Amino acid sequence: MKQKTTAVLSAAALVLGVAGTTQAGTLEDVQSQGVLRCVVSTGIAGFAQPDASGVWKGFDIDFCRATAAAVLGDANKIEAVTSTGKTRFTKLNAGEGDVLWRNTTITFSRDVGVKLRFHGVNYYDGQGFMVKKSLGVNSASELDGASVCIQTGTTTELNLADYFSANGMKYEPVTIETNDEARQNYESGRCDVYTTDASGLASTRSALPNPDDHMVLPEIISKEPLGPATRHGDDQWSDIVTWVLNATITAEELGVTMGNVDQMRSSNNPEVLRLLGVDGSQGQELGLSNDWAYQIIKQVGNYGEIFERNIGVDTPLGIARGLNALWTEGGLMYSPPFR
Amino acid sequence: MTKSFNPQSYEPGTHPDLPPPAITTGLIGWIKTNLFSSPLNTALTLISLWFLWQILPSSIHWLFTGAVWSAVDRKECWAMMDAPRDGACWAFIRGSLELFLYGWYPEPERWRVNLTFILFGAAVFGALRENIPGKKYWLMFAAVFPFLAAWLLFGGFGLEPVPTGKLGGILLTLVVAVTGISFSLPLGIALALGRRSRLPVLRAICVIFIEFIRGVPLITLLFVASTMLTYFLPPGSSFDLLMRVLIMVTLFAAAYIAEVVRGGLQGLSSGQYEAADALGLTYWQSHRLIILPQALKISIPGIVNTFIGSYKDSVLVLIIGMMDILGLGRARLNDPDWLGLAPELYIFISLFFFVSCFAMARYSLSLEKKLETGHQS
Repeated sequence: MKQKTTAVLSAAALVLGVAGTTQAGTLEDVQSQGVLRCVVSTGIAGFAQPDASGVWKGFDIDFCRATAAAVLGDANKIEAVTSTGKTRFTKLNAGEGDVLWRNTTITFSRDVGVKLRFHGVNYYDGQGFMVKKSLGVNSASELDGASVCIQTGTTTELNLADYFSANGMKYEPVTIETNDEARQNYESGRCDVYTTDASGLASTRSALPNPDDHMVLPEIISKEPLGPATRHGDDQWSDIVTWVLNATITAEELGVTMGNVDQMRSSNNPEVLRLLGVDGSQGQELGLSNDWAYQIIKQVGNYGEIFERNIGVDTPLGIARGLNALWTEGGLMYSPPFR
Repeated sequence: MTKSFNPQSYEPGTHPDLPPPAITTGLIGWIKTNLFSSPLNTALTLISLWFLWQILPSSIHWLFTGAVWSAVDRKECWAMMDAPRDGACWAFIRGSLELFLYGWYPEPERWRVNLTFILFGAAVFGALRENIPGKKYWLMFAAVFPFLAAWLLFGGFGLEPVPTGKLGGILLTLVVAVTGISFSLPLGIALALGRRSRLPVLRAICVIFIEFIRGVPLITLLFVASTMLTYFLPPGSSFDLLMRVLIMVTLFAAAYIAEVVRGGLQGLSSGQYEAADALGLTYWQSHRLIILPQALKISIPGIVNTFIGSYKDSVLVLIIGMMDILGLGRARLNDPDWLGLAPELYIFISLFFFVSCFAMARYSLSLEKKLETGHQS
């Protein structure tokens, strides 16, 4: 449905011949504005939310800040362009935002149909199940006959139907609209199981009176790779966003952190020196200053630090790295080399 | 000296007549006539009492006695209660109150918002109050107020400019609602007069406008404002999102006001129009002096109804990602430190809307009573 709306809107835009005129030179625009406008969500726990004084915080916001640190040298020069699931792509395509960091699943139709450019994955999500421990269920394959709380009109609904029929099981759907409504229904026992993306399950579980009485089952039944997007037609800007993400991952892999980035500038490892701009001119090739990655790590941190600060095990959300661990530690986070 | 009984010699109120039977007056009488007048009413009363007995103690406990008013996060909040969710965690609302009120308005400039709120109160008071010295100047002030408020809030001409994106929370809700309300009334009256005009082109334009706007849901207009308009405008030109939304909200309310006012105009007997013509008044004179004062009086309930409707409709802007009180509140629900406090937030927001809408409704009622001339047309 969302995709359909955006597709219709983009089609209308094409007819008008406006979206066809690409807006090259995003980098110059951002630098002359002096502020980076990120299309972000209107609130997803741990990923983007305003704190009590209105400052936007979260995993996606930190990546926006990292981009600002690379492009403008100051991570605080960001403006959050809040958008709902329905307006996010048009906001980006109409030029109201410079880059989208908004918990957005990369799909074929969005990449091709909506004419976006995706730049890698900053969070591997997937649909999971949460149950009460007292049910004594340890695997999703034991859920035959369960009542399941499910958001209507989403892909989660279709994934659930596929999974249950593929395993020859039956379920009783309890349809709900929002996460809060789901939590209320699950808490009051109207459904035995709540299913949504694993990151959403984590935040729902942490808001329950006794989180330890509930568990997220190990099965993940869908692929939801979330990543940043930009408009078609500005390759330089696309490269910048791609390598901002890669820089945070590479920094973690090389052990460069917020705390030790200054010492690391005199490291013996040539890749660290290239990353931090001590050797070579990779920053200039991107159109940025040579210490762009240094600024990211100094001001925002590496991938692991961003993860742990916003959604990691020590936060109320308590999400384990899982698929989002580095490839060297059994995860999928893998950056091409800085060479 | 015997004095004959003369009722006329008593001062009013001191006549020694027997009072009415106690059973028909006072609390008991009221209860008997209103709550237990028939078996059905008795049953309904008892059911209601039982129902209140069931919900009141636990509601009061949750809302007040068991509630926590200050805590650093939800964990601490719930730890202070007998059991999690045993009471409301108002600390969440208290901590965000300033954000809910001002949004992202820069802190050193917030006096401007406060001043606008005060001037708004003065403008409403001055415009609505009868028997106030210098009524003419109060009305002029109320007419100038929207422009004054725009200058104060958005800056320019000597004040630090504040981008419209910094508005949020209750401030944004009020800006959207008050703009919609104050500009839609004159526009709506003009449209209503245009629709009844004898000039065919003018009439056609007004009819098309009104019917188009009324035929489209507000949410569609908001989507057009937020997404489509940017495609219609030349690339690179940016037209402020808030401004686009304000225009759409105003046009939407104006179309409804126009129909309400047209109802009022049609409610007048044709004798009023003919009398005005017979006096030799021009079109504008007759409308200003005779037609509109009466037509608007009849239309008050409908106009206030439209106002309240458009005030509450203003929360729809959250669907296009604007952070009004509801949008901002829902964003705050995602703070990992305060997850799971949706009931507290929604109670707070409904209280805010209830108080303001109830005040509008009461005012309209008193205005109707005051303008009542005892003539039902």
